[in-house]
Amino acid sequence: MAISTRTLKTPALKTPTLKSRRNSRRYAADAGLLFAAAAFVLPLAWVLLSSVDPEADLKVKVPDGLTFDNFDAVLEPDITFTPLLNSLILCGGATLLTVVCAALAAYPLSRFRSRLNRPFLLTILFATSLPITAIMVPVYALFVQVDLIDTMQGTIFFFAASQLPFAIWLMKNFMDGVPKELEEAAWTDGASSLQSLIRIVLPLMGPGVAVVTVFSFVMMWGNFFVPFMLLLSPDQMPASVSINDFFGNRGTVVYGQLAAFSIIYSTPVILLYVLVARRLGGGFALGGAVKG
Amino acid sequence: MTAAPPAGPGVVKTAPGPTAPPPPPAPRGRSALRTLSRALPVSPALVLLILFLAGPIAYCAYIAFTDLQLTGQAEDSFVGFENFRTAFQDEAFLNAVWLTLVFTILSSLIGQNTLGLSLAVLMQRASKPVRTLTGGIVITAWVLPEVVAGFLLYAFFRREGTLNAILDWLHLPSQNWLFTLPILAVSFANVWRGTAFSMLVYSAALNEIPKEITEAAEVDGAGGWRRMWHITLPMIRRSIGTNLMLNTLQTLSVFGLIWVMTRGGPGNRSQTLPLFMYEQAFQKSMIGYGTAVALLLLVVGSLFSVVYMRLLRTEV
Repeated sequence: MAISTRTLKTPALKTPTLKSRRNSRRYAADAGLLFAAAAFVLPLAWVLLSSVDPEADLKVKVPDGLTFDNFDAVLEPDITFTPLLNSLILCGGATLLTVVCAALAAYPLSRFRSRLNRPFLLTILFATSLPITAIMVPVYALFVQVDLIDTMQGTIFFFAASQLPFAIWLMKNFMDGVPKELEEAAWTDGASSLQSLIRIVLPLMGPGVAVVTVFSFVMMWGNFFVPFMLLLSPDQMPASVSINDFFGNRGTVVYGQLAAFSIIYSTPVILLYVLVARRLGGGFALGGAVKG
Repeated sequence: MTAAPPAGPGVVKTAPGPTAPPPPPAPRGRSALRTLSRALPVSPALVLLILFLAGPIAYCAYIAFTDLQLTGQAEDSFVGFENFRTAFQDEAFLNAVWLTLVFTILSSLIGQNTLGLSLAVLMQRASKPVRTLTGGIVITAWVLPEVVAGFLLYAFFRREGTLNAILDWLHLPSQNWLFTLPILAVSFANVWRGTAFSMLVYSAALNEIPKEITEAAEVDGAGGWRRMWHITLPMIRRSIGTNLMLNTLQTLSVFGLIWVMTRGGPGNRSQTLPLFMYEQAFQKSMIGYGTAVALLLLVVGSLFSVVYMRLLRTEV
């Protein structure tokens, strides 16, 4: 009895039930996401609120007052400016080196067929996923022997080398997307490979170059282990290492200042990420890039 | 050795052009020269990679078999598998292996992967403002520098931190998380920091599933879980594989996050392999031993890397 009525009613009711089911499912999904967002936002809220709180401690709370003293206190040459400048020199130099080398290397890989391409690309792909952390001890030992320890240039070279596999891989994939016909015209006019790379290919793959640049820079800016191992003197330390001085060296930890410094140090990479994500229409998911 | 056959098509292609300078039957020497000049732009990258990446790896494989120490030793000597033998009898090492396993399974396989997939699935159905808001927050956690993320979660898990404040408010027992359950705390920290990557990978994968397929299943009366299990998951299985590999590799090499939160302690209760390696090499000055551990980590990483490459094989 019940079964027969149900089968009779189903066709008439199908559209509204499906629709209301979808609606209720959307509310459920919204609720689930908001819950996750609330959990994820707590640590972020701590750093934002503590940075303007004169009495900051370790938990999220409404500030006891609004102050910029924390920012004032950390905006000193030896706390903020020198470490940030060091970060900029390290990461900027290494990013420049990475992008130039990757663009040069990607060009023949993308444009000319050779039987060495495949093994080379496979090696590159293999190297992209090696845990760099694992080779830091031998790198340290090696750098001591060749006198590159505690030098900016040594660290820049290592940063660039560690980022290169992924940069070459990304760059080659972006370059494959630029049609070859445009260059062939330039070749017949007598342009060299280097000229056509610089004048034709790179300008056409601007967004791709931007992604490789920003990605390399962001990865290095946040990297702690490499400078922590390869640099020794405090005046060369980038922000990723010097931030630890808020513990230990300065006696009791002033959490408000730590929060303020964290914000100053993190802002550039967040801005860069937003810049790239916007420019590529939100389609910039690293996952998509990794997938090729 | 020269790439003569692959160069063939290139020659044929340029030959029809009226102004193409090289005559079609290029002599062998010239074609070798051309291959070389074409490969020239690769050389700066190659030099960097050989000197600063392949070099250290080879050196790693060498000093792992020596008793190299940081100080007070004129010459290191070859000790064969001694370091590895020591490692497998060293309780601290076995403890680090165990903690690394716990950390990887909890934070990468279970945490980042499952949470990332759930968030991506929910995002497919949620309204746009909620989707944008949640995505923004989760991605911010991912973009933050590792050390900053470490400090934020250190504050979150400390005795006086946010988590305990919330638990108190809910009248639940609070505790000193970084002391009682340090490995759990750092695992959660890694989930907080790394979930965005899985979320992005899965969102991209889910967007590629044609709407008709899920709608057809829905009209046929397949419930949410059954659609997920029989349609969605099989269709994104390649992304799942890729994501699991990359997550695991990333998690294996986490150092800064744990260093900032616990320094591997208390005792060595959150000391994963990278931290153990660091301690042996620098605090105990046993570079040879530390490197042997590093080599093991590298081998495990390479195995994962090979599996990952097989997953991507068709795309090279």
